[in-house]
This record gives sequence, C-alpha cells and structure tokens, in this order.
Amino acid sequence: MTVAEKELLLDVQDLKVHFQIKKENAWPWTKPANLKAVNGVDLQLYAGETLGVVGESGCGKSTLARAIIGLIKATDGNVLWLGQDLTELDDKALRATRSDIQMIFQDPLASLNPRMTIGDIIAEPLRTLRPDIPKQEVSDRVQAMMMKVGLLPNLVNRYPHEFSGGQCQRIGIARALILEPKLIICDEPVSALDVSIQAQVVNLLKQLQREMNLSLIFIAHDLSVVKHISDRVVVMYLGNAVEVGTADALFADPQHPYTQALMSAVPIPDPEVEKGKDIQLLEGELPSPINPPSGCVFRTRCPHADAVCAEQVPALSGSAEHQSACLRLDALQAG
Amino acid sequence: MLSTTANKEAVENFSEQLEVKGRSLWDDARRRFFNNRAALTSLVILGFITLFVFAGPMLSQFAFDEVDWGAMHAAPSVASGHFFGTDSLGRDLFVRTAMGGRISLMVGVMGALVAVLIGTLYGATAGFVGGRTDRVMMRTLEILYSFPFMFFVILLVTFFGRNILLIFIAIGAVSWLDMARIVRGQTLSIKGKEFVEAATVYGVSKWAMITRHIVPNVLGIVAVYATLLVPQMILFESFLSFLGLGVQEPMTSWGSLLNEGAQTMEIALWQLIVPAVFMVTTLFCFNFIGDGLRDALDPKDR
Repeated sequence: MTVAEKELLLDVQDLKVHFQIKKENAWPWTKPANLKAVNGVDLQLYAGETLGVVGESGCGKSTLARAIIGLIKATDGNVLWLGQDLTELDDKALRATRSDIQMIFQDPLASLNPRMTIGDIIAEPLRTLRPDIPKQEVSDRVQAMMMKVGLLPNLVNRYPHEFSGGQCQRIGIARALILEPKLIICDEPVSALDVSIQAQVVNLLKQLQREMNLSLIFIAHDLSVVKHISDRVVVMYLGNAVEVGTADALFADPQHPYTQALMSAVPIPDPEVEKGKDIQLLEGELPSPINPPSGCVFRTRCPHADAVCAEQVPALSGSAEHQSACLRLDALQAG
Repeated sequence: MLSTTANKEAVENFSEQLEVKGRSLWDDARRRFFNNRAALTSLVILGFITLFVFAGPMLSQFAFDEVDWGAMHAAPSVASGHFFGTDSLGRDLFVRTAMGGRISLMVGVMGALVAVLIGTLYGATAGFVGGRTDRVMMRTLEILYSFPFMFFVILLVTFFGRNILLIFIAIGAVSWLDMARIVRGQTLSIKGKEFVEAATVYGVSKWAMITRHIVPNVLGIVAVYATLLVPQMILFESFLSFLGLGVQEPMTSWGSLLNEGAQTMEIALWQLIVPAVFMVTTLFCFNFIGDGLRDALDPKDR
C-alpha cells in the first residue's frame, strides 16, 4: 500500500515550542532567553502505522510528543487531528479528542499514582471521560483490558509498588488503551526497562496495534527498537527533523550525515564485525538550543559542512518515501 | 471431561474468588508504626490520658467548680476523695485537671484539624494551579504571617471578652499557615510527576486532580506535621492562659492550672506538679507519635 492511500490521522505543520528561560539573578527588565526545544517540525501520521522518532537526549523528542498531545502549549504551528487544529481548541473542546490520543510514559512506576489500586488506575480514564458507563461494565472492561496486556485480572486490588517495571508498563498501556484510542504516543516506553522486558513490551505493543488498529508515535533513542517497530522514522537533531523516511529506506540508506553517524554508533552483536567497524565519531557537544547555530543546525559537528551551511537553512527534500534536510546532499551522494 | 467453555468458566470463577487484596502504602505504614515501640507506647499512654480526661470527672464526688470549704490547699489523699489535692480555693484538682485536659486537648486537636483542612487545600490549590493564582495566594499568606499574633488575640479578647471560642478562632487562624506552605512545596514536586501528566492526558478536572492525585500523596507529610502541631497548639493555649488571655474562670485548662500552681508552688507543690506531669506527658506522647508516623510514612528518610 502506498502512503497516499492511507487515511491521514495527524498532520503536524511547522510546530514550534519555545520556552522562555529567565536567568536567576536577572534584572526584571532583561529579556528572557528563548530556548527553542522544537523548532519547526513537520510530521504526517497515517492510520495504522507506527512512526518512530529518534535522536539524542535533548533534541526535543519528548517536547514534540507533549506538544502534540497538549501537555505543553505549542508556540507556533498547527497540530491537525483529522483536520481539526488541536492547538486552537480550549480545554473543554479538547476533552472530546482526549479519548482518541493517549500516551505511555518513560518511567513506568512514576506514571502510576502510588496511592491508587491498579483497578482504579486503569479505570480512571473511563470514569473521567465516560461517566455514563455503569460501574459493573467499567470493572468488566478493566478486567478484559488487563487480560489483553498480559496481567492477571485478580491483581486489580494491588498497588503499583507491588509490581515490576515491565508489569507497571503493561498497566500504563492498559490505561492508555481502555479508551480505545486511535493514536498512542509512546514516550521512550522501554528505555527504563531491561532488554528482555523491552522485547516483551515492544512485541505487546505490536500485537495490540494489529488487534486494535492503532497508530503509534514511538519515541526512543534505541535505534534497533525503532527499526523493529516502525513503519516510518523521523530523525531529530536540536529541535529539527533532519531526515524522514520509511524504516526500510532510512536504515538501508541513511542520507543525512547525522543519521549516518547515529547508525554507525549502533553496536553490532558480532565481535568480528564490531572490531572492523568504522565508527564515525561526532566532534563536540550538542549546541545549546538557546542559541542554535545559524543555517543548518548540524553544521558545527558535521564532517562535510562548508560555508553555505552557515547561511542557508536546509529544508526536507527527496521522494515521498525518503526525505532529508541537507544542503550538501547532492555533493555527498556524488562524492 | 468438561467442555472448554465450562472449563474456562470454572477457571474464571476461581480466579475471581482469588482476587488478591493488595497492601496499600497506608497498610505498610501502619505495620511499621505498630513496630515502633516508643510510638506505640505513646499512643497507649495518650489513650489513657484521653480516657482520664473524659471519664475522670465521673469518678470523683466533686464538681470542677465546687468549693470544698473544709479543704483549701489540701494535699493529695485518697481518704478525703481529693486524689490530686485541692487548689487555693478548695476546688478538687483531680476533676480540674481532667476538665482542663479537655480544653487543652480540644484546642490542640482543633488547631491541627483546621490546619489540615484549610492548609492542605489552600497549599495544594496554590501549588497545583500555579502561575498568578499561586503568587497571589502565597503573598496573601505572607501578609497573614506578618500579622502580629499576640496583638490579634489581645484585640479579640478586649472586644469580645474572654471566651474559649475566641481562642479556637485565633489558633485556627494561624495554625494553617505553615501547613499551607509545606503542602504547596510538596504539591510542586508531585505536579511534575508523570502520573499527573497522564491524568491530564485523559482530561481529569483540576479539582479531581487535587483531591485524587495530589492530596493523597501529600497526606503522609500532612499527618506527621499535624501530630507535631497538636503539642504546639496545646503549648500555645497554655501560653495564652498563662498570660490570662485564655479560658474564663471557673473553666480551666492545663495552662491556667499551671499558672495558678506556679503562684503557690512554695506552699502547695502538687498544684504545679499534677498539671505539669499531665501536660509534659501529653506533649512527649504527641512528639513520639509524630516521629513514629514520620518513620512509618517515609521509610526512605531513615
């Protein structure tokens, strides 16, 4: 199936999230610094697909997710959900779309209220958004959902601290799914878990996606996990999307120098290959998002940067399957 | 052999019966608290004191304001019925200590209760709503803080006369200020937790957020602070009574008993010792209970 045939669920247009940072001992009249956490990101998400978002720490992945779902107010740009702009809606109007978009969090235990039982936690979205559903049906649905995510229904009266990290994440997933949403935003859902549990949770997500026809936005910094679960992948650097493409195309042929560096840093579970591998180390640190480099944000660490990169801001270009934002793309591909 | 559906049903019925009761953080805390000997002993002693305070007057043949003309400054004796002796007017100290205890404990508990109710809600609201609301609420609090409390009490007493209700109002008005600050700080830290974000995502209203997610999670600290507040309030009332701003004669409190006892300590030491022992024991008990609660509710802190 080609991209064009699918239903467009979410269309993020030029989303910007800037934070005003006030220095501690500043004068009252000094202008606060502007931290550009997300600086003009375009995303499209189609029904039933998984969009992976990768990038190093501090590149704005989580901020992007929170801006889409409305936890953080977007400074500029639009988030179109089925054609409706979420950034324009007030709290009351947002409630209607709440049950369509849900979220799974990074720290499984911290995302569950320690004073509530598992049953109450999973039922809370239903009780809040659909108060008309009778009690018995709520508890039936909770039990069914627990079965679905691989928890024994007789654990409803337990408390979060009595569970392991993987189980807590399953509870988080159950809570997100109970409203039968169309989209789930997973903010590094497996980063806090160990590898065997990561696999269980990722596979559970895949299975649930098939059963319930979900779309996922999957944020991670683990490239192998993203490759495993995603249909399409966005690579972010310093608040900008630098490369977008289908997972196959992007992983087979990374075009942007940053993506190439990311890929080369992934360890290969074969000592022979790993020894001979040429890791492309990036010089320096991630620049401050308060004062990002002019032109291409990656130019300060890019091995191929020249004078043009400091002046022009690159836009995403390429085919529908694979786009990257690099001014020297042609030169690189030729050379 | 059973059919599969029957099998499944049997398993489901069985698992429903098995529904495990989880052990909440409160259950854990209770267990830890009861393992703390000092706290448990204090709780028992406090229980006895409360019992004495409420049942004591019934055990004596004297009323708290009844003057025994034949026994002024009488020393404690079982034979005369004045178990703790009498005061300078010949009133039975056993009954008066109990009656004074009622007032003192009531003031302490009321002060703590007002602090918990108003302070928690005020602090949680300020912390959770944040922004301008927070700033206005906290500045209001600071204005109340800066109000000279003694001046306030003296004003109340001169305008409305000496009345125990006024003491309640005065103590209630100041006791919640600290609590509101503590709760606000705690709320700010809980507000950043992911479960609050999760609740925002599925549209929990502000009020439900405060009562369901914030308040239960600050209650631990609130409980500790409230128990430590009770002795503070009792001392406070004693201080007012000592200054003569407290309860109206012939009613009494431990503070005013101490006041009278201090004046006659050279001729009738028991008039000072008896209320002092009760008050000190009560204060110790509340402090130990507070300590025990803190250890029980926050095991990481030890």
